Amino acid sequence: MVEDGQQRRKGASIEIAGLRKSFGDKIVLDGVNLGATPGESLVIIGGSGTGKSVLLKCILGLMPPDTGTILIDDVDMTNAPRSEREEVRDRCGMLFQGGALFDSMNVWRNITFALTRGRQRKSKEMRRIAVAMLEKVGLEERVADLRPAEISGGMQKRVALARAIAANPDLIFFDEPTTGLDPIRANTINHLIRNLTTGIGATALTITHDMESAKIIADRVAMLHEGRIIWSGPVDQLENSGNPLVDQFVHGRAK
Amino acid sequence: MMETLIQVFSRPGAAIIALFASIGRASIFAARAIWSAMRPPYYPIRLIEQLISLGYFSLPVVGLTALFTGAALAQQIYVGGSRFNAESTVPAVTVIAMVRELAPVLGGLMVAGRVSSAMAAELGTMRVTEQIDALKTLRTDPFQFLIAPRLFAGTIVMPLLVLVANAIGVLGGYILAVYRLGFNGANYLETTRAYLEWDDIVSSMVKAGVFGFLLALMGCYHGYHTEGGAAGVGRATTNGVVSAFLMILLANLIITVLVFG
Repeated sequence: MVEDGQQRRKGASIEIAGLRKSFGDKIVLDGVNLGATPGESLVIIGGSGTGKSVLLKCILGLMPPDTGTILIDDVDMTNAPRSEREEVRDRCGMLFQGGALFDSMNVWRNITFALTRGRQRKSKEMRRIAVAMLEKVGLEERVADLRPAEISGGMQKRVALARAIAANPDLIFFDEPTTGLDPIRANTINHLIRNLTTGIGATALTITHDMESAKIIADRVAMLHEGRIIWSGPVDQLENSGNPLVDQFVHGRAK
Repeated sequence: MMETLIQVFSRPGAAIIALFASIGRASIFAARAIWSAMRPPYYPIRLIEQLISLGYFSLPVVGLTALFTGAALAQQIYVGGSRFNAESTVPAVTVIAMVRELAPVLGGLMVAGRVSSAMAAELGTMRVTEQIDALKTLRTDPFQFLIAPRLFAGTIVMPLLVLVANAIGVLGGYILAVYRLGFNGANYLETTRAYLEWDDIVSSMVKAGVFGFLLALMGCYHGYHTEGGAAGVGRATTNGVVSAFLMILLANLIITVLVFG
């Protein structure tokens, strides 16, 4: 167990092979091959419109790929029986780009949603868990009873982070976790993600185009360009990747 | 020649295929929601919330619609009937028209205007802000959590609303006939009771149940499939209301022909 009653996780392995996805004539993913080992924090970088979010949605089962395989702990998420896939998905957490908090519920019900599946049960215990999660992400107890619309964007992001980790996931996905935040709040979120994933021991898969974020969060970085992974390596090799497209992206050069 | 013919028929043909495709998609959507509702976990609190939102809060608008319609109907029947000395038919025609047609149809349209739009807007907003995707990642089936309670609430609550609307519509006719047209109150009620049959009430309730299901289905279907941000939510809301109206009118025609034809 780690602090606040959260269990230490063993993480989950993820292996993606030959993943393709098109919308009409537009090829978004063109044979993505990628993997992460249990407990690893993998960051996928890439420009806007390169298919990062589509990749994440395919892995999460929110969008079916055209071809290819996605193995999470050796379960084929494109072909395995539904019950097996659901079992794996129950071990995943997700932080959406815009938070995606439920407007109709207060903060503590949002945080414990994965535990209650939206049912109003064990309210006292659930609120206590939510307050512990809020503390983990640096928010006060008073926030628990507010609605998402009553808190700032940065606070919403932290509440969404608390929701993503509340059910002790083995695999956590972060979709542009720092988009729309000022540099100070972005830095806070980056360190929270790093500490939480290291603390819990979960595998983390983050998509971002924020290089500062990638450097803090990642053990390993992969770059997606025109639907393919064009480079992958440890975060400390990011500055010296030897790949001109990665260099251009990392240093923000126009050409 | 052949090419011109194909061009002439291709557009209406495509529209008809699109219409059948939409009906098919909406039917699969409804079947999926009903199937989801049969499996645990169940969400009774969500159902109660929808019953209150759909039923209790629609009472004023349905009640007022029925009151005004019943009164106006009595006046029209009186004026029309006086052309062939049939003023005394006011109570009988009013109750039959209200119960068989006007209360379920106008009630359905009013509730569709209020509820289908709200459902489409709420679910559409949830779709574009990724809240529906978030539900899926939080071990929850959106069909069980969002759609099924709305469809069941619509089907349960509309017959009750229409039952109330029937009574208020008759009351509207009574008030106008007695206080403006000089009818005897006791006679009016006696004639109303004599001409009202159980079949009328049952058909009224059946229609209302079907309309309730359809108006919730159209709101949910268009909201759930929203695409394209705020403009998409606007389109979903409009489509939800318009398609609910059309479905209610079409279903009314089919049921009327089947029951009274």
